[in-house]
Amino acid sequence: MKKIKYLLLRRFTQIGLLVLYFGANAYGWNILKGTFGSSVLFGVIPLADPYTTLQVLATGFVIGSDVLLGAAIITLFYFVIGGRAFCSWVCPINMVTDLANWLRRVLKLDKEEVNYRFLKRSVRYWLMVLGLIVSAVVGVAAFEVLSPITIMQRGIIFGFGAGISVVIAIFLFDLFGVKNGWCGHVCPLGAAYSLIGQKSLIRVKHDHDACTACMECKVVCPENQVLWMINKESVSVTDGECTNCGRCIDVCGDNALGFSIRAMAQKQKEAAA
Amino acid sequence: MAKSSDNSRRKFMATTLQSVGLSAFVGVLWSGYSAEAKAAKLVLRPPGALPEEDFLKACIKCGLCAEACVNRDSNVDQETGEQRPGTLKMAKGGDHKLVGTPFFTPRDVPCYMCDDIPCVPVCPSGALDEASVTDEKGELDINKARMGLAVVHKESCVAFWGLQCDACYRACPLLDEAISLEYQKNDRTGKHAFLLPVVHSDVCTGCGLCEKACVTEKAAIFVLPTEYATGKAGDHYVKGWDKKDQLRVGERKMDEIETKTKRSEKAPVDYLNKEIEY
Repeated sequence: MKKIKYLLLRRFTQIGLLVLYFGANAYGWNILKGTFGSSVLFGVIPLADPYTTLQVLATGFVIGSDVLLGAAIITLFYFVIGGRAFCSWVCPINMVTDLANWLRRVLKLDKEEVNYRFLKRSVRYWLMVLGLIVSAVVGVAAFEVLSPITIMQRGIIFGFGAGISVVIAIFLFDLFGVKNGWCGHVCPLGAAYSLIGQKSLIRVKHDHDACTACMECKVVCPENQVLWMINKESVSVTDGECTNCGRCIDVCGDNALGFSIRAMAQKQKEAAA
Repeated sequence: MAKSSDNSRRKFMATTLQSVGLSAFVGVLWSGYSAEAKAAKLVLRPPGALPEEDFLKACIKCGLCAEACVNRDSNVDQETGEQRPGTLKMAKGGDHKLVGTPFFTPRDVPCYMCDDIPCVPVCPSGALDEASVTDEKGELDINKARMGLAVVHKESCVAFWGLQCDACYRACPLLDEAISLEYQKNDRTGKHAFLLPVVHSDVCTGCGLCEKACVTEKAAIFVLPTEYATGKAGDHYVKGWDKKDQLRVGERKMDEIETKTKRSEKAPVDYLNKEIEY
């Protein structure tokens, strides 16, 4: 059970949220209405996607205060608590890319690391900025025109149509193209959440003393550059690109990895020193 | 040493240039696709929607309007108690409209013009402007909505053939205001009347109930976005019989008004006697 504890929890929240959104449209439930672009929680609390809000602002439209407040709430939540947890605990595309990733391992497609010279993990930050520029030039929220995230979510709530092709494309890209291609290299929304969540409280903590250097964590990690400290140092994963998915904790057989609160981890470190 | 720093500088320059170039490449593709994606013009938007260009900027594609529409109390079938399809749909891939934006197709499901307009106040972004469907007393007034304008294609409208049909007239929620019937003598039979539907654009909300009700195979009355269903006479036309319109020209005296054109420069006699080339 331990090997998939966080995986199950994540699927539960991801699917649970989709069920709530679906029910809001299909049955008129008043728990969580709307889509990730903008939602209403319990009919009162506005929630909005910070990057989508920025795109709308970039077009020059002065967006409604509900969206601004909603974006502030979401930003604050991930900034203080969640880190980049949106990507692994909320985003439905994560299920698609996780499946592609798992298949890659099963089919042994990722034995060789390929160096994609112009598809580095930093590309997403460029695309994030570019998305805002294109929004301003064309006069439409540019990432939302093709975002597989909201297309998939709306597909589940309102019906897919040909939108399913975008989801299939992402799956194929991650399976046969670039390992962790979409979530780890391209997605500008993930980039935005990486920046927002850099200083969040919830962090994965590594215990060097317990580690046996089996490297299982690095195999499953979709952003394994953040795990540079494995078998080196007892520190927390502080890189904003960590999605707090907890897969590394699941697969660790040595109890060398676990979630911690940043401040507590720091205190422990000081006490040890 | 000097050589290696030269090399690294060259490498840095090349990488920078390539990064900028590739960003421009992606930017051009992305812009082109976005511009095309938002190019669909013949789309009917929910009540209170901003003009299309602004609407496309503002809409955050949350679907709250469509959810409010399908889940409104009046949308339950009285007999079966089941939910009927909502008017507003969220554009998906293959609809050839900007993906994720709300629209409606009157021939399938028209707007039923709910008094409480459930779709508008829920809009968080301001893409649906509540003020535009609010009357002077501060109450929501769906009759102020301008979703589009109904247009009659008289060649396929059987009322223009002389058959008796007033389906659109009766379906109109603003009966005798948005659509009136104009009576004309049917000279073909000599003893019947034409009952011709005439749409009044100052009242029509574009709800599409007429289009839904139209009996012809393909609706002979249909709603188009207002921009596409209207013309414009231009500011130089002044209705001399309309005091309000007269105000536009202000207090100018007749002899102050310059109306000379290339054609009227010459005296009428010259103009008639000479061929004038343009």
